[in-house]
Amino acid sequence: MTDVPESLTAPAPAPVAARRPPGPPGRGRLVLGRLLGARWAVAGAVTVLLLFVLAFGGPYLTPWDYAAPDYTALRQPPSAAHWFGTNGIGQDVFAQTLRGLQKSLVIGLLVALFSTALAALVGACAGYFGGWTDRLLMFLVDLMLVLPSFLVITMVSPQLKGSGWIAFVALLALFNWMITARVVRSMTISLASREFVRAAQFMGVRPLRIILRHILPNTASFLITDATIAVGGAVMSETALSYFGFGVRAPDVSLGTLLAAGTSEAPVFPWLFYFAAGLLVLFVLAVNLIGDGLRDALDPTAEAARPARRPRRARPAARPALPAGAPEASGPRRPGPTTPRSNRSSS
Amino acid sequence: MLRYLAQRLAYYAVLLVAAVFLSYALASGALQPRTYFESKVPRPAAASVDRQLTALNINDRTPVAVRFGHWADGVLLHGDLGRTIHDTPVNDDFRRRVWVSLRLLLIGSLLGMLLGVAGGAWSAVKQYRITDRALTVVSFVLLSTPVFLLALLLKNGAIAAKDVAGHEVVPFTGYETPGLTGGLGTHLADWGLHLLLPTLSLALGGLATYSRYQRGTMLDVLGSDYLRTAEAKGLTRNRALLRHGLRTAVIPMSTMFAYSFLGIFTGAAFTETIFGWHGMGEWFIQSINEQDVNAVVAVNLFAAVVVLASGFLADTLHAALDPRVRR
Repeated sequence: MTDVPESLTAPAPAPVAARRPPGPPGRGRLVLGRLLGARWAVAGAVTVLLLFVLAFGGPYLTPWDYAAPDYTALRQPPSAAHWFGTNGIGQDVFAQTLRGLQKSLVIGLLVALFSTALAALVGACAGYFGGWTDRLLMFLVDLMLVLPSFLVITMVSPQLKGSGWIAFVALLALFNWMITARVVRSMTISLASREFVRAAQFMGVRPLRIILRHILPNTASFLITDATIAVGGAVMSETALSYFGFGVRAPDVSLGTLLAAGTSEAPVFPWLFYFAAGLLVLFVLAVNLIGDGLRDALDPTAEAARPARRPRRARPAARPALPAGAPEASGPRRPGPTTPRSNRSSS
Repeated sequence: MLRYLAQRLAYYAVLLVAAVFLSYALASGALQPRTYFESKVPRPAAASVDRQLTALNINDRTPVAVRFGHWADGVLLHGDLGRTIHDTPVNDDFRRRVWVSLRLLLIGSLLGMLLGVAGGAWSAVKQYRITDRALTVVSFVLLSTPVFLLALLLKNGAIAAKDVAGHEVVPFTGYETPGLTGGLGTHLADWGLHLLLPTLSLALGGLATYSRYQRGTMLDVLGSDYLRTAEAKGLTRNRALLRHGLRTAVIPMSTMFAYSFLGIFTGAAFTETIFGWHGMGEWFIQSINEQDVNAVVAVNLFAAVVVLASGFLADTLHAALDPRVRR
């Protein structure tokens, strides 16, 4: 069970923490401890892991291929032969659902990865360089927020018919970074005036290197949490667009296309609809639980050891994903409540 | 405060123009009305296709800037959004559909907002009680359910109820019963009943999102000194919570209202399609499939105006609640 959280607590120097049992625990251990203490987050991590095993290992359990029809069983309810039943042309729903789950998981992960990377870069550049770079980039962010991404993706997606689902991933990532970039920008503004950044500047380190080596590592806990939640959001957008025929297309299968195919028959043949729907909700729910647990575990303002039943005052608020740093709220250069904690990575 | 709002308004006007131009350019580049006409049977002559495209101001051989100029002229001088690909005025469709969509959008988002703020605040006051835990679980599940799926589940539920009861319990298609006779009261009741499921599918998502954040901001406020002071000076607990607690806790939310309206707009497009409402969302999907550039741009314009208006409302709310903004 430890494997999942450990990979998620990247920024901490784990070996250092492990070498000194007495004294204050290292940050990695602290975060890990908190995360393991949050039962819901652990449950979420285990669920995500199991879903991955199911999606990629499951197809080996069934003799049926997701595309090949079984003409002896049309629209059969779940049985020993076909675990999730069959559809109108005799395809095995279990194999199809796993296939769709695979695609949805991969798309969700890739979109979250790309969009978070883009958001980090744009936000850090806007915050670090300031001036016209900042104004232009923030105008771009506002502009892209004014047009609902659903409209733009729907308009553009018929053009991408030939290029498969990777183009769809790029499109989703391209319209999913704006709000995160805002937060990274406000964090960067407060980081840019810190001693370790100043020192690097005076030593002649180039701006891009400062951003990559000194600024972004200090926003890591926010980025990790945000990327986790973005996975769930990306899967939801993907299925919604695919449901309406503007996302993943015919030879490829995703949970969205499966839901679209099963909708009209759902009242009479529920297995065509509810297995895919259940897995979709289960996955997004698990990811959200991890994200929530991570947010609490990485929160520097939370107290080190949390009693099971905390007094009312001590509980730090669930930090809004859009901190007050969002545009209008706090005046020009006030960092949001997400001010990052320390210059750990200054070394 | 007025100066602040005027600044925001000016910025939004610039954004609106840029967004409309961008969507015009995108729609003109991505859609192919020429193919639409050329694939008609019998195939029309090239010259007549050209003439038709030029008449509709969607000829891809005219530079986009020139077409946009024509279009903007019509919009600004005559309030004319151009003509659809079937050579009918876009305005007619727009007028017919805009209220259908707005009805759903306004009621759905307001209801979600009110329920979310109330639920979140209640949850914070009753922290770790059973109601708090129940609301947390419910909102986590709702947050993990895409709007289209929620709408489909509600619709399937209505269908199942119909099968069990033998007659339609809750209507799940359209926004009114066709050919309904009766007074105003009958019509209003009919509308309300038709609104129920689509509005629920939008409002439940809002309830889940807002209540999570509202719970957090409210918990912050609950431990504050000024709240204790207010109580010490003789306000009752409830009065202090409402006047001093909730008011402060809503301020950070006002920015969220603006952002989440984007999500609600998208959700409404899905919901309309699923429940068979002839609103803007359905029109948009239909227009894309028909390569109808002017109609697509009209929906984009509508979306941009709605989003910016909600942003401006959020600014106003923020300025009204937070004295630090008024200067």
